[in-house]
Amino acid sequence: MKDGVNGVALAVFIFFFLVVTVLGFLAARWRRAENALHLDEWGLGGRSFGSWITWFLLGGDLYTAYTFVAVPAAVYAAGASGFFAVPYTILVYPLIFTFLPRLWSVSHKHGYVTTSDFVRGRFGSKGLSLAVAVTGILATMPYIALQLVGIQAVLDVMGVGGGESSNWFIKDLPLLIAFGVLAAYTYSSGLRAPALIAFVKDTLIYIVIAVAIIYIPIKLGGFDDIFAKAGDAYAQVNPATGKPRGSLAPGDTAQWAYGTLALGSALALFMYPHSITAVLSSRSRDVIRRNTTVLPLYSLMLGLLAMLGFMALASGVGAGVTGYNGQLAIPQLFENMFPSWFAGVAFAAIGIGALVPAAIMSIAAANLFTRNIYKDFLKPDATPAQETQVSKVVSLLVKVGALVFVLTMDKTVAINFQLLGGIWILQTFPALVGGLFTRWFHRWALLAGWAVGMAYGTWVAYGVASPAQKHFGGSSDTIPVIGQIGYIGLTAFVLNVVVTVVLTFVLRALKAPEGVDETSKADFTADAGDPGVQKDLPVGAGH
Amino acid sequence: MSEPSGTSGRPPVVTPTRVIAGVCLVIPFVAMLWVGSYAKLTPEFIGIPFFYWYQMLWVFLSSGLTYAAYVMVRREERARKEGAK
Repeated sequence: MKDGVNGVALAVFIFFFLVVTVLGFLAARWRRAENALHLDEWGLGGRSFGSWITWFLLGGDLYTAYTFVAVPAAVYAAGASGFFAVPYTILVYPLIFTFLPRLWSVSHKHGYVTTSDFVRGRFGSKGLSLAVAVTGILATMPYIALQLVGIQAVLDVMGVGGGESSNWFIKDLPLLIAFGVLAAYTYSSGLRAPALIAFVKDTLIYIVIAVAIIYIPIKLGGFDDIFAKAGDAYAQVNPATGKPRGSLAPGDTAQWAYGTLALGSALALFMYPHSITAVLSSRSRDVIRRNTTVLPLYSLMLGLLAMLGFMALASGVGAGVTGYNGQLAIPQLFENMFPSWFAGVAFAAIGIGALVPAAIMSIAAANLFTRNIYKDFLKPDATPAQETQVSKVVSLLVKVGALVFVLTMDKTVAINFQLLGGIWILQTFPALVGGLFTRWFHRWALLAGWAVGMAYGTWVAYGVASPAQKHFGGSSDTIPVIGQIGYIGLTAFVLNVVVTVVLTFVLRALKAPEGVDETSKADFTADAGDPGVQKDLPVGAGH
Repeated sequence: MSEPSGTSGRPPVVTPTRVIAGVCLVIPFVAMLWVGSYAKLTPEFIGIPFFYWYQMLWVFLSSGLTYAAYVMVRREERARKEGAK
């Protein structure tokens, strides 16, 4: 599989890596405000980003290196079922359009930095806010780890690091360097670094996809041939399961899983702390809305990328190798098909594609810790400068944690946790989105619903077996009552909502204390320029 | 939730514009979650099975629908601001 180091590709890769490193450090001076010590500056880029930057930032954030490796890998492995990422990312935008402008408004009015800030302010419950914060951190950690898995795949195919190299230090050195650099500029520049690097990342990705989707089919004899060969490959029966490997269109029994996965993932995606961070860093409500009309360009790109999975299969990548690591399929396809220098560009695109979201995710997780654990529970009188310092240090710790995770444990552990993370984060939906539209839900009912959803989702996911693993073998299982196979996260979510509604009725009948709501109706529609909505928030706002 | 317009001094929550915008936002959900409507291989487009090109086509359709909703909502918000002054 590996024929030594690909020198030209490696040189191009290193060149782009150096460019973004310089950019990352320069970003600290970009659009700098006077009040640099406030958490809004480091953690939200001064809340000043306009349409263009938000577009790149959100795109760089939601479509990660892992997506670029995993989506085509899923298509490569099983065909149609891996394509659910396309309807999933189509459905995300109408949801963002509907929900997030309200979150933007109320956050600007009250100086909220995280979703947990909002939940605490709306429901007057530190417990519920803590639950949301912990869920966010837990769900984000494995996501960061998977970005490393994405970089590893690229390094592996280039013949640097990984593999069977004898010494663990030599083996992991490239990854350690990449992450050391990432950690350093995130620490010094905050959210401005990934925002600036996202420009480079997306330009590279768009070029690579455009070339790949035209050049590779020409080399492989057109889409007719590609799909014919892929169809043959999927039809082959897997001796381990006695079933065909996959199919080109989902059969009757697979359609529920396809639809529920798309819907559940779409609902979960903008619950993730990193998507919220990118949204809150924008300058106005209008920037968010306008962006939802142009962000689907990324979904188109994702669809084209997914097609590369068929091309990898048709071109014979990994054919005949038992236990071939599907994660390597796309990097390997690039290496086989492209001249070395362009393969280097493609690898750089994936590598940098990992750095941007990893930086945003670690900032988002750090903000959650600082605002909703450190400030709420450990040091209520922390100054904004202290908050920023804690956030910076935590963003480092989060990344180190992810690194240790990837280096010491099997890759499948990270993937299992990522799967669980999606199920978990979806359970914060009722508190957040419910809270954006109504104060009817009771805070204790929301907490109980969250707990039930978390427990159910974890327990069922644990019980899913696949030919390769006994537990966490997939994200779908039988839906009780309906009897079809569906996404576990969505089933847990429905259960969560049912518990929340029932308990709200009960608690209201018992007149349980509701907590203080510090928001008012007008806060949810306030826009930049309205009274009380400052561009630069006053120090310590919202407390 | 909604109040009849003009009685409370606050503009109504549900307006015809918002209903149409809401419909625009809901259509992609119906189209994408009705998997049975597109889980087939033909007709092909330049060799790509129906299942794949149809979903990619919806990227454009849903983007257009979101844009329509955006234009409508923005126009109404501006009109309200003018009215409030």
